[in-house]
Amino acid sequence: MSAQERRKKRLDRSVKVRSEGLYSLSSWREMAYLLAPRLLLIGGLLAAPFVLDLYWQKVLCAAGIIAVLAMGFDFLAAYVGLVCLGGAMFIGFGGYAAGLLNAKLGLPPVLTIPLAAVIGACLSTVILMPCLRLRGVYFAIVTFMLPLFATHIIIALELFGSTEGITGLDILANHWWEQYVIVISLLAALFGLRRLVTEDVGLIMMGIKDNDQAVLAAGISIFRYRVLAVFIAALAGCFVGAYQAHLYGWLGLSLFAMDFSILPIAATVMGGMGTLSGPVIGALILTPLSEALRGFGQLRVVLYCLILLLFILYKPEGLMNYLERKYHQFERWEKV
Amino acid sequence: MAGDILLEVTELSKSFGGVHAVVNVGFTLSRGDVLGVIGPNGAGKTTLINLLTGFVKPDRGRVIYKNRDITGAAPNKIANLGLARTFQAMRPYHSLPAYKNLILPLNSPRIKKAAHGKLGDRDSVAIDILEEIGFERDARVPYKLAGSLPLGYQKKLELARCIALKPEIILCDEVFSGLSMAEITSMVPLLEKMVMQGVTLIMVEHRLRELFRVANRVLVMNFGCKIAEGPPLETMARDDVKAAYLGGGGSK
Repeated sequence: MSAQERRKKRLDRSVKVRSEGLYSLSSWREMAYLLAPRLLLIGGLLAAPFVLDLYWQKVLCAAGIIAVLAMGFDFLAAYVGLVCLGGAMFIGFGGYAAGLLNAKLGLPPVLTIPLAAVIGACLSTVILMPCLRLRGVYFAIVTFMLPLFATHIIIALELFGSTEGITGLDILANHWWEQYVIVISLLAALFGLRRLVTEDVGLIMMGIKDNDQAVLAAGISIFRYRVLAVFIAALAGCFVGAYQAHLYGWLGLSLFAMDFSILPIAATVMGGMGTLSGPVIGALILTPLSEALRGFGQLRVVLYCLILLLFILYKPEGLMNYLERKYHQFERWEKV
Repeated sequence: MAGDILLEVTELSKSFGGVHAVVNVGFTLSRGDVLGVIGPNGAGKTTLINLLTGFVKPDRGRVIYKNRDITGAAPNKIANLGLARTFQAMRPYHSLPAYKNLILPLNSPRIKKAAHGKLGDRDSVAIDILEEIGFERDARVPYKLAGSLPLGYQKKLELARCIALKPEIILCDEVFSGLSMAEITSMVPLLEKMVMQGVTLIMVEHRLRELFRVANRVLVMNFGCKIAEGPPLETMARDDVKAAYLGGGGSK
């Protein structure tokens, strides 16, 4: 190594450590400090099926679906700058694709879920392609309308069982499968996306969010990267859509329900935009909460909205950002 | 290599509605030239840059770059051919650290092709470029979020993003505007260094004294038209140029 390279290395490393670009893992304590929150989430999710009773196991599956959708929403909104309210579209496309493959061609869920994820994602991406030039609220409006559009096409042309839907799809083998499919795909999506946004591809996407003109001036096609981002989010969304169809053994118009567009946003607001893990935590709190409040009847929605309102007013940064900050403060706690 | 024609612009025109932003502007640029584009506010200088780099499609006229017609091509295609530009209103990728800002141009097809797909340690290449342009390597500046950098550094970052593309022509849109005298004096040597390394420059500028230290030719615009072109001091001495700047109506 030449003297110049040694100089660079000496200078860069110390500053990188101080600027938190690089962790120096010098002790078990520091490694535990970094790993503890991650292991808590992973361990908690993997252990949950053993602890919960049958009813709450179903709630866990529903929460997992919302969590994956919320992650996709957060990824598109905070890292690519596309506010996508198309959660219902992803669920619908994925669900219908899986259901039809299962009912018409008789493929087993092992094949239909991954196939439907890819088919649904391709379809969503192609449909959204002309809208990718739009930004901000315009893109949001288009994506919000598309599920309505799909619903009315299905009703008007009496496709795929029209308003009745198709019942009697194959369901997953047993309740262990049901839960571990969603838990493991949730964790894979979470850590996959977190890795993706720190890779060069993720940096380019964040660049597009910050300043798309400069990305063009850097010789990079913003359209290609937007397509890629939408495909990734749609893939995750359609996967859980297909999973949902096989979870309940049924497909119908309620797969295009607005809940799938709205709940992920609520989860993201609560969990914290731009954290990816925040939306997961938000979904894991909000979905069981809305189940627990079932006893209140219609008041449930009021309470639910109240909680969201309080979060927006008093903790707009979201749970995850708040907890992360506190965690780091705790680490540097000095008694004086 | 010096002397051969890099860029040939003929009869370039663009109107926005009824406003003729650029009218029949033509010039040629040879390798190693530094062309200053000057003129009063609203003369169409920035539109000219936008036309050359594809951000705005011209109504008429041709832009020939190295014997290749790039009129109206997509901005990213033009950048990949080696025409880099800075923006007048700097908007760095504010949520990325300064050195990560350079990862984007370093990932462009142009650089990938030049490196034969092997990009190596991009972070250290990025910091090398930043150090060259005046970011202290042993300080935290390159690692700070670009949005939190002071104006002078943001301007330099804007230039660094161009240099990272290894361009043949850099189009600078008012790199001196908004900077203090001290920052400007540290900027001029950077530009001189780039010229010595064989980069051709087109500079839109209002700070004439600093511009004339670098530029070997100026092109004066007013109301979208080219009114004069030539060596800086002679051109500025012309009556019509003085009139454009001082608004004398050409009567003196």
